[in-house]
Amino acid sequence: MLLITCPYCAAARPEIEFAYAGEAHIARPADPAALGDEAWRDYLYIRSNTRGLHVERWRHINGCGRFFNAARDTVTDKFAATYRAGDARPSALLSEGVQR
Amino acid sequence: MIQECKTLQGTAIPGIPGRLAVTLAPDCARLVLRLRPEGRAAAGTALGLTLPDRFGEVDESGERLAICLGPDEWFVLLPECEAAAADERMAATATSPFSLVDVSHREVGIAVCGPAATLALSSFCAFDLESMPAGSATRTILDRAPAVLVKHDAERYRIEVWQSFADHVWSLLAAVSREIALDI
Repeated sequence: MLLITCPYCAAARPEIEFAYAGEAHIARPADPAALGDEAWRDYLYIRSNTRGLHVERWRHINGCGRFFNAARDTVTDKFAATYRAGDARPSALLSEGVQR
Repeated sequence: MIQECKTLQGTAIPGIPGRLAVTLAPDCARLVLRLRPEGRAAAGTALGLTLPDRFGEVDESGERLAICLGPDEWFVLLPECEAAAADERMAATATSPFSLVDVSHREVGIAVCGPAATLALSSFCAFDLESMPAGSATRTILDRAPAVLVKHDAERYRIEVWQSFADHVWSLLAAVSREIALDI
């Protein structure tokens, strides 16, 4: 079982306490009505599907209940970092080829 | 009419003298409090407790217990007769909007005590109980059942689990007790 560090609880907790919540840092368009169908489809469904380091949202649902962001390698399942929702992506991760 | 469901009433797990005792905790009132942090002090006064401000912290005095489960969520155990009065005091003294929900009948309390308590719980809890500080609590998963686990000290735990999952947790505890009794 994986241990995931919840940035709010500041502790490594077992994987089964968490729920995956999709790719992180996808901002909702400020004015959806102004978007064309394709742009709206891209916002709703098109994801980077990265092979390697992937930035994603998780929720510590059976713990403190908070959403947070995590950088996980999709090949090895290793968590490179976890950080609070709303924080910018850690600069150390940008150099390692995180897309988008 | 509300029909009270007490899944585990009348059942017992044979204890292992000096090593493990699994018992039903006495009935109590359980309240879930949702509140912005600025109203914490006033709410604590109304409930007769100090509401902790860090996740996992516990404030305990006698039969009263308050656990900080999340940034705006507290789980409060009070003596059974005090729930209504606490509700009225909260309504009268609160300084900010809040939600106080009585979930007394939703859950059942199980006390797990003795030197083998950590071993028994670790057999179906993935959370590292050895490193959990005494006098703390957390929401976690017991096998597949969500539960709140309180660690009073190294040999005394309390499980708060939903009535509908209680039977499963109870049978796990019964199986583990047999294994510990037989030194398996």
